[in-house]
Order: sequence, then C-alpha cells, then structure tokens
Amino acid sequence: MLTSESLKRIDREIAKYPADQKQSAVMAALAIAQEQLGWLSSEAIEAVANYLGMPPIAAYEVATFYNMYDLKPVGKYKVSVCTNLPCMLTGGVDAGEYLQKKLGIGYNETTPDGLITLKESECMGACGDAPVMIVNNRRMCSWMNPEQIDKLLAELK
Amino acid sequence: MAILGALNPMLSVGLDGDKAWRLADYVKRGGYSALRRVLEEKMPQGEVINEVKKSVLRGRGGAGFPTGLKWSFMPRSFPGDKYVVCNSDEGEPGTFKDRDILRYNPHSVIEGMVIAGYAMGAARGYNYIHGEVWELYERFEEALDEARAAGFLGSDLLGSGFNFELFAHHGYGAYICGEETALLESIEGKKGQPRFKPPFPASFGLYGKPTTINNTETFASIPYIMNLGGEAYLEAGKPNNGGTKLFSVSGHVNRPGNYEIPLGTPFATLLEMAGGMRGGRKLKACIPGGSSAPVVPAAMMMNATMDYDGISKAGSMLGSGAVIVMDETTCMVKALERLSFFYYEESCGQCTPCREGTSWLYKVVHRIESGKGRPDDLELLESVTTNIMGRTICALGDAASMPVQSFIKHYRDEFSYHIEHKKCLVPVDVQRAGSGFFMATV
Repeated sequence: MLTSESLKRIDREIAKYPADQKQSAVMAALAIAQEQLGWLSSEAIEAVANYLGMPPIAAYEVATFYNMYDLKPVGKYKVSVCTNLPCMLTGGVDAGEYLQKKLGIGYNETTPDGLITLKESECMGACGDAPVMIVNNRRMCSWMNPEQIDKLLAELK
Repeated sequence: MAILGALNPMLSVGLDGDKAWRLADYVKRGGYSALRRVLEEKMPQGEVINEVKKSVLRGRGGAGFPTGLKWSFMPRSFPGDKYVVCNSDEGEPGTFKDRDILRYNPHSVIEGMVIAGYAMGAARGYNYIHGEVWELYERFEEALDEARAAGFLGSDLLGSGFNFELFAHHGYGAYICGEETALLESIEGKKGQPRFKPPFPASFGLYGKPTTINNTETFASIPYIMNLGGEAYLEAGKPNNGGTKLFSVSGHVNRPGNYEIPLGTPFATLLEMAGGMRGGRKLKACIPGGSSAPVVPAAMMMNATMDYDGISKAGSMLGSGAVIVMDETTCMVKALERLSFFYYEESCGQCTPCREGTSWLYKVVHRIESGKGRPDDLELLESVTTNIMGRTICALGDAASMPVQSFIKHYRDEFSYHIEHKKCLVPVDVQRAGSGFFMATV
C-alpha cells in the first residue's frame, strides 16, 4: 500500500527515536501516508501500524485524535480557514463565508468536481496574518482578503 | 522584516534579510559563542543553571515558571537517559511569536537547547513543532542539519566530550499538545492526553525518563543570557520579570505582528508601536496573554504594564504574551462564543468536568448569541465554570472557564441585553465593518 519512497521517508522518521520507540514515528508516518494516498483509510492506518510494529487500534487512536488527518476522502485541495477569535476580529469568519459563496459549498463539503474541500479550522498560530488559511496541511496563506482569495482559487486547478 | 518593532531588543536583533535564519548569519551576529564558551571553559553545570536563575527568566510559554528553578529540578547525576524538550506547539489563540523565532532565528533555539542539555546532563532533545506551520518544521530540520555539519550537534561537541543530539517532531492539529505532558505522550506516538501529576516530567518524563520541557522563546533566550550575564538580562526587564519578551499583537490594530519589548513596558506604548487602533476607533477590551487569560476592559488595560506582575495586577495573566485587541465594534458575546467553541472542540475528553463542561459552556453561550438565551443562563454559566475549575488533570478546563467568568464579569450588561432583547448592542453592520474584510474591494 505504501510506496518504497514513503517507506524510506518513514524510516528516516523512525531513526529520530530510540531503537525501542518506533511508535514515536506514528504521527509522521500517518502524515506521510496521507500525503501519498490523499486520505487515511482503515487499511492505510493498519499498514502504518504494521510497519511500526504497533497495534492498529493504537495508530487509529492517533489518526482520530489529531485533526489534520483526514479519515474520509477530500478534494484535490483541502482549504482550511481559521475562524478563531483573533482571526475573526480581522475577517476570518468573513473569509470563510466568502469562500463558501464562491465555491457554492459549506464547511466539510467538497466541490462537485472534487477539486476543493473546505474546512473550518482552529488556531494556526499565525494570528498576525489574519485572515489565514492552509492548503493541504502544508502551505500557509496569509492576509487573505477577497482579492487574495480570488487569486488562490484561480491557482488551484 | 521579522519583528515589526522593538525596544532594546535581543532576540530580534539583526533578523533582516531572508538568510537571517541560516547558521552563517547566526554565527556572524554572535551565535554559538555562548555554547562555545560553556564547552571550552568546561563551565560547571550548576554555574550555568545559576546564571539562568540570576536572569529571572520566566517560562515564555504561558505559565511564567522560573526557568532556572525548573532546570534545577532535574536529577543531574542520574546515570540513565535524560531529555530536553522544546515546546513549539504554538496554538494558543493570539500567539504567533514562536513562529517568527523558528522562521528567523531557529539556531538560537538549537543553541539554547544544547546549553540546556549540557546544564542538565541530557544527551538528547526534541523540538515539538505545531503541525500547521509546516514550512517551519522543514526549515528547523534544515537548521539542524547545518548545526550537525558544523559540529554544534552530535558527539564530542567541539572536543568537549559532551554529546547532544536534537530532532524535530511535528504535531498534527491538537491544541492540547501544548500542555507539556500531553506533548510527551504525543512524542511517544499516542493520543495527546495530559498525564496526572505528580510525578512531574523532571522525574518521569519522555519514555519515563527525567525530562525538562521549555517553550521556544525560553530556549531562544538562553544564549543571550549566557552572553550578557544573568544580572544584565534581568536588568533589561524589571525585578522578578527579567529580560525582554516578544508580544504578538492581533485584532483591531493597524499593524498586527510581533514586537519585542522589555518586560514592564506600558501597554499604551505597545499599542502605539502596533500602529494604534484601526480606523481610529476606541479600544473596548484586550486579552493580554492568549485566549485562556481573562479579558481586561480598556480603561484598566491602558494603565497596565506588560509584565507578569503588572498584568496580574490588572486581573489577568501575561501568559504567552498574546495581546488580542478588540475595539468598540466587537460583540463580546460573539467573541466569547468563538472562544468557548474552541475549548469545546479541543478538550481531549479525558476528564468528565472538562469534556462535558466545555460543551455546556459553548452551547449556553451559543444560545445567548443566537437570541435564545434564558434569564438564568449567566448563573448557569458561572456554576458550570466553578464545577470545572480545579477538577481536571490539566489546565484546559480552567483555561475554558476563565474567559467565560471574565467576559461575564466585565460585560454583564451586554450579555443581559442579548438575553432580554434577543439581539446585540452592537449592530451587525457595525460588527461587520470592524473586521475590515471587504475594505480591499470597496
């Protein structure tokens, strides 16, 4: 299920921890699996668990606890919008509404063409840049006024 | 520019340019000289810890616990593995200072951690980085590679016989992992649920070994303390509040961003540095130390100084130094509703009072905000908070309760108006204008 490239990356993570603590690499390994597969099915989680020699239920607990793991398929791009208080004060909620209107979907929904999934998110630790959003858990976008959002949407094809 | 403004800065000196984070740049501005001196002089461990004690550096993550004292709790002569862990899981709403430290000055964190490892006899460290700032996790790994190549990490550092290895571990979206024992659980590859204390991490920490956890900014301050000397660092701040500190200013100001100022600087000065209030509007309220700290009304805030004792006098907490500024367009009920949702969403579910209580807090504030509030709802909220506080393993329950109590205490009229009239004192279009979101297109 996991490619040799993913496994190589996971090995690099395992090496960060004492030899008898392979389970410490589970968060990174799940993130790597999600990068490769797009989302984490039960089978993917089990594959990670088996590779690390830990009970699948323990890996499943981790996957369900941390909210950047996707346990259901998402669009090609997942856009997470922070609406927490500091962002809200300077347009985070408005930015989320603007996106919903533009895309014709609500939070936790995906556009019919499968391109974009919209998520409402908690504090990303970038409140000075509000409104803030993250694309695919990796790319943080700052100062997202209507013009910047339009530009981002034009780019996500 | 990394830091938007500073008064007598240390941490943010020389961070211009996009190569400031590189090792070569850090060394050029004096970086790793503190570590070099400690190792070359074979400074006794106790002496390093004493210097930190003299500086009265207080934990920059939020609790404000004296760092030197924390370090002295570690059993230095314990023969087995010991760990030094950095908490860069910055997710307290309003806080974004560690992001800038990792972005522009990551080697200061590495140097601070190696010195800490030396002082406490630990040979291994981890930096737990908030998953949402992924680019900085990658950058930190690059900085680690640079430090390894230069001999500042690895075995027999600078020929001293001291070994120290350091790795980055990323979070993946759980506020609770900022709590130190939840963070340790998370590094161990588990759900981030806080541990019951005692035992404290200094005796039973990562993998059950003695461990010290400090915040990013705390570690980043160590090289400056070692270079300046503890007393000089203390004098940069004020008694019992040593040094300078980064403040993250967000909300209704003209220039939101990070500012480094000596502890004890008046809030009014910080507000001015941040460009003053947006649109020339009036300050209504401020949360001075991150979302978990009690809210402070404008008049009290304008007389407060930015240090642990000064903010405590104003009835709040300096916390992580996250200053959330709200002007007169803010609906305090809506503001509290969003914060309460946050704690409800982020409660780890381990302790019943917090798991159930945060849900009650959110639902009741939500119904007040939605015009369905009941006459006795404020008493109900107060009773829920007192039934959460002090009855949970970690501080998240208290953190969820303090905003509720302080918002109701200072803005009771506004809450009562919502309940009675089913609407807000601040008209919706005024609230909307306050966010400034559509300004760019108008």
